[in-house]
Amino acid sequence: MSVKQSLLALLIEEPMGVYALRKEFEARTGGTWPLNIGQVYTTIQRLERDGLVERADDGDGDGDVERFALTEPGRAAAQGWWLSPVRRGAPERDELVIKLALAVGAPGVDIRAVVQRQRSETMRALRDFTRLKAGEPDGGTRPGGDLAWSLVLDHHVFSAEAEMRWLDHVEARASRAAADAIPAGRADSAAGRADSAAATRSRR
Amino acid sequence: MSTVGTAPVILELVGATRVHGEGVRAVRALDEVDLTVRMGELVAVMGPSGSGKSTLLNLAGGLDTPTAGAVRLAGEALSDLDAKGRAALRRRRIGYVFQDLNLIPALTAAENVSLPRELDGVRLRKARREALVALEQVGVGHLADRFPDELSGGQQQRVAIARALVGPRRLVLADEPTGALDSVTGEAVMRVLRARVDAGAAGLLVTHEPRFAAWADRTVFLRDGVLVDSTADDQPEALLAGSGPRHRED
Repeated sequence: MSVKQSLLALLIEEPMGVYALRKEFEARTGGTWPLNIGQVYTTIQRLERDGLVERADDGDGDGDVERFALTEPGRAAAQGWWLSPVRRGAPERDELVIKLALAVGAPGVDIRAVVQRQRSETMRALRDFTRLKAGEPDGGTRPGGDLAWSLVLDHHVFSAEAEMRWLDHVEARASRAAADAIPAGRADSAAGRADSAAATRSRR
Repeated sequence: MSTVGTAPVILELVGATRVHGEGVRAVRALDEVDLTVRMGELVAVMGPSGSGKSTLLNLAGGLDTPTAGAVRLAGEALSDLDAKGRAALRRRRIGYVFQDLNLIPALTAAENVSLPRELDGVRLRKARREALVALEQVGVGHLADRFPDELSGGQQQRVAIARALVGPRRLVLADEPTGALDSVTGEAVMRVLRARVDAGAAGLLVTHEPRFAAWADRTVFLRDGVLVDSTADDQPEALLAGSGPRHRED
């Protein structure tokens, strides 16, 4: 996540001090990514050093001693951010992906159990996001106000959903690979499962 | 929702097993499943096709009987009843919502909802009054005199939910109720189902969509007829620090 770009974007609206910047950032993103004030402060110092922000000397600091405003290059950088896509070339390191990649090849690991445990956890998270959504007035469809927060929640819902789909896919492919590895004649347990699935389907 | 743990048990499965066939050909469609659904609780059932979801729903609804174990509805064991008694209990206590074809096309929304009450022996005018209340509760009171083909898919499912819980019915069994709906309409239907359960009912929801199962208090997972896992019925942890329905102080 780019704290630097986010702070520049917030400063497009008006000059702000570090406390106001932190408050705005967290309010708009629903507190999903809390910032500590030191992080905001060092980032602003770096932006000032790079000539992207400057101190605003209007003395109207709302609780903040000093407020910062965008310089011309700073304004260009902030506007440029909206216009350029977020790079997706190199995926971020994801513990779950790494864990399952290692589990697939590891001896003595029950991949279905690993997947199921994760499925329950992801489902629990999805339920919690949904409860937060359920608490929104008018189902989060009210324009303005909490739209930003509502959209952040939607993102978490979509991500959890995608993860559930991927887990189903991992399980199905790992099961198939395991079935292929069973020598002929010892495949009766797998065949029995297929029978049972077919029987359940035919009763519908 | 914190009172659910002490709320009365509406549906209880204890070691519920359903075997088809005998001997080496026996297929265990459902294998020793324990499940309790209390008043105010919505439980989702997920699992791949053929995992036993429909068998579970059929046993819970008294449409099928377990070959071992017990199914109890509001304390009454379904196995203690004969077919006629089961049918009566099913008709008076349980409502169903399916993916589609829920409503009788020749009857208006209000008539569809009042029909179960008329079958209960309630007088026509009282049944209609109850139906209008039930339709209000799901937000379609103004559509009472429309026929099903004059309603959208989402409105039809709301009417089906109203009918499922009209009168003394306290258990709704829903089989892919959002299956034919787009995601926004499906979410609105889940919101209604959730609200009706919170207002005093219990629900068992079969779905393959995680986003709809997420409206349930917990999700149980079936695989090859066995209940393999369940999300804990805990309170949401503060996973979004300082969030919750956000109230800005300024």
